[in-house]
Amino acid sequence: MVGGRLGSRLLVHAILIVGIAVMLTPIWLAFVVSTRPGSDFMTGDFPLWPGPDFVKNYRTALIDGQPGAGLQPVGHMLWNSLVMALVIAAGKIAISFISAFAIAWFRFPFRVAAFWIIFITLMLPVEVRILPTFAVTASLGLLNSYAGLTIPIIASATATFLFRQVFMTIPDELTEAARIDGAGPLRFLVDMVVPLSRTNVAALFIILFIYGWNQYLWPLLVTTEPGYETVVMGIQRLAQSASEGSPYWHLVMTTAILAMLPPIAIVLSMRKLFVRGLVETEK
Amino acid sequence: MQAKRVTFGGTALPLALLAPQLAVTVVFFVWPAVQAVITSFQREDAFGLKTEFVGLENFRDLWADPLYLESFGTTMIFSAAVAVSALVVGLLLAVLVDRVSRGAEIYSALLIWPYAVAPALAAILWAFLLNPSIGPLTRLLRVLGIAWNYNVDGTQALILIVFASAWKQVSYNFLFFLAGLQSIPRSLLEAASIDAAGPWRQFRTIVFPLLAPTTFFLIVVNVVYAFFDTFGVVHATTGGGPGQSTTLLVYKVWKDGFIGLNLGSSSAQSVVLLVIVIALTAVQFRFLERRINY
Amino acid sequence: MKTMAAALALGLASGPALAATEVQWWHAMSGDLGQKLEKIAADFNASQSDYKIVPVFKGTYPEAMTGAIAAFRAKQQPAIVQVFEVGTATMMAAKGAVYPVYELMRDEKVEFDPKAYLPTITGYYSDTKGNMLSFPFNSSTPILYYNKDMFRKAGLDPDKAPKTWEDVAEDAKKLRASGAACGFTTNWPSWVQVENLSTLHNVPIGTEENGLGGMSAKMTIANALVERHWANLAEWQKDKTFDYGGRTDKANPKFLSGECGIQMQSSGSRGGIIANAKFDVGFGMLPVYADVKGAPQNSIIGGATLWVLKGRPAAEYKGVAQFFNYLSKPDVQSWWHQNTGYLPITKAAYEQTKASGYYDKNAGSSVAVEEINLNPPTENSKGLRFGNFAQIRDVIEEEMENVLTAKKTAKQGLEDAQRRANEMLRQFEKTNS
Repeated sequence: MVGGRLGSRLLVHAILIVGIAVMLTPIWLAFVVSTRPGSDFMTGDFPLWPGPDFVKNYRTALIDGQPGAGLQPVGHMLWNSLVMALVIAAGKIAISFISAFAIAWFRFPFRVAAFWIIFITLMLPVEVRILPTFAVTASLGLLNSYAGLTIPIIASATATFLFRQVFMTIPDELTEAARIDGAGPLRFLVDMVVPLSRTNVAALFIILFIYGWNQYLWPLLVTTEPGYETVVMGIQRLAQSASEGSPYWHLVMTTAILAMLPPIAIVLSMRKLFVRGLVETEK
Repeated sequence: MQAKRVTFGGTALPLALLAPQLAVTVVFFVWPAVQAVITSFQREDAFGLKTEFVGLENFRDLWADPLYLESFGTTMIFSAAVAVSALVVGLLLAVLVDRVSRGAEIYSALLIWPYAVAPALAAILWAFLLNPSIGPLTRLLRVLGIAWNYNVDGTQALILIVFASAWKQVSYNFLFFLAGLQSIPRSLLEAASIDAAGPWRQFRTIVFPLLAPTTFFLIVVNVVYAFFDTFGVVHATTGGGPGQSTTLLVYKVWKDGFIGLNLGSSSAQSVVLLVIVIALTAVQFRFLERRINY
Repeated sequence: MKTMAAALALGLASGPALAATEVQWWHAMSGDLGQKLEKIAADFNASQSDYKIVPVFKGTYPEAMTGAIAAFRAKQQPAIVQVFEVGTATMMAAKGAVYPVYELMRDEKVEFDPKAYLPTITGYYSDTKGNMLSFPFNSSTPILYYNKDMFRKAGLDPDKAPKTWEDVAEDAKKLRASGAACGFTTNWPSWVQVENLSTLHNVPIGTEENGLGGMSAKMTIANALVERHWANLAEWQKDKTFDYGGRTDKANPKFLSGECGIQMQSSGSRGGIIANAKFDVGFGMLPVYADVKGAPQNSIIGGATLWVLKGRPAAEYKGVAQFFNYLSKPDVQSWWHQNTGYLPITKAAYEQTKASGYYDKNAGSSVAVEEINLNPPTENSKGLRFGNFAQIRDVIEEEMENVLTAKKTAKQGLEDAQRRANEMLRQFEKTNS
């Protein structure tokens, strides 16, 4: 669709710019709030441009904390979130990669049953089955551990399903060739399947990292020691006191911006791979 | 459920490869789900000290409860609103970005930011922007003569959660649509240009049909998102009110179990959701299975 | 080699003796209050070396309570959990799970005199024989706050808090006339506009002494008083004389931002309001209808108590008993009372605070204590205890929202609320008896 008259081209740009402005307004305003003193937002006009407190607020959030607002320095929380997100993403990819491989390239007893057991978990979120899942996790002694934070969330079929879709597109000729060369299934997995799925793994990694990073209710339930607090939990606690009238909106938004940065950075830096991975996964 | 035509032999290896996923699924999904099913036939106090079998009573109570049925309706309206608005806006933006020759990179890089924001965070942002007393957008609306207070007005509360939920999803849909558009062969479009088809006609007759698989996939994903992943949005903003005007099914399960400590009813609702999930899964599965063949 | 073995032996011997027994305390206090709570725990830990109280923030009140219950079911419960007052009936019914405070103090032989506590507070948390089941920690009662600057602007006397609902309506209309966005608002709608409204007018909320007498109680909120009040609120909502601000504490920013000139809010928020308001704050008791005889009777409390859960190692209970003993000390209580606005739970703490001249020096600090002790409590104003009450409050607030948005009349809304509440009460009775 190159070409088109100048007027219509300008119109397209104009609509896009308005669209982007609308999409980014919440993030921009959050940033504005994070650069100003909290008292600016209790009353009066709402400023639309950053204020003088950028360094002060981010320092408070990252290093000093604000005990009065129940805010620990967020550095440690960011670390917990990072560990949780990485373990969830890597764990899910690892176990679903090999299980999808088994389902795609083997015929064995109970194959369909196994697939369905995994498949039903596709959509039911943790919130819906939270009490029994908690009971199971607790009886395994996994409360207050990274294992308890992550393993129950790893139980989902999205990744298995997507990998199976990808594997179905790998031509049978490759498998034939591998077999003729005398390569066993594991050899084939490592030499052929892994390299061919690299972009899909990248796309999925981003999706799962964000999914893991954004967990809230589950971490709140399985951790009782402040040492395991994640950043989304920290914000919720802060927002609770802010919505009751304490002047902490600036810290809520500072922490929110900090919490958004890692996933945004990952999405942006891996965007090319991500889009390519999506196109292929989807085909 | 098909496998590849060319397969490897053996039983031990595939089972070993499946074992980790099966173990996690059975322990953290099937076992709790079975417990939920059992509990749905019971009446039990909060601490689990006394338990009594009551058959289908919990389910009967649900169907007799007009508020539960209302919650069903609310969830339908909400899901449709979120899916439609997020899909339409996502598609529009993707088509436009696909059309521009300059700046497409920058536009798409900026448009995917919201996808990275946690639902609970998105809700906090929107709840702040639309806070009835201090929100900047509230002031704007007031200037326009709209009295905005989602604590009182059920429709406004629904609009708020639709906005907070759809916002994030627009980015996601945009990404998929753009990827889909970019995979359409240029030669097809150029041929259409030579036939002097206008842009709208071109979109309707060539582009949209080719995007149909993407669209169908996204419809399912968006509906599932609206149905299940929006708990955090409701939790961080309206808390289901005013009245029960924003009590979505997934929120009600949590609320009756978690706040009301009515484990029997909450489990019965979980079972209903489980059935919906299985149905949706079957639909999606059949559809995607067909696509693989084509 | 020998020295090493000796050192090792020494290490083994001294290690456990030095380690204090840790006692987990799950709570739901965020922000300023959370910080003050942590200070109390830290002070206790510094005052002795045998026990270490570990406060753990577990989200909102319902989240903390359910978290503890779920943990109990999984045998991972904390020794102490802070439970809001509406959870009282649920906790009381769980006889195998809770360790009543009076039994704990008797078993651990720690000095404990129930008579030292204020009866209006302990009555709420005692069984019919007068035994204290949980330890009152933060108790508050709703009071009226007003913005003196806005009162001046509206030509009202800034030193005169409205005393009756007629006054409130009149002042609110004048505030509106002077340009305020809203006249008055309320937090905790059910607690303030139904429960305390009823006790202040000496009208029962339910049968069986508002449920204190037994689980068979029925709610009776669909009565003339509440109906009249809700109809008024709905009328006032139309022209923003009253503006509904949401459930729980959500209306508080409407007052702090200068949108509403008057609000009803827990006395426990007094500290936070003074710290964050950019205007002169006035205080008063909750209003009553002037024509109702015997009003104002007395208000009732809200807030939370500390429940002890069974199933922890014996050593922890010794620590809990010591900690409760510490919490009852007049110095600790006075500090908590004066720094938060929560009520003092012992008579000694009240007397000490009074003698120190604190009430005279700090405007509005005594309103809550006075309001709750206006008259000796009657059957209708001792307190209330209903099963499933967290949910019932939601029902009442939902129906109130329906009335305020003119979806239902006050009569219809109250009848629906009462019917739904009674269904929940019967459900609770079936489940717990």
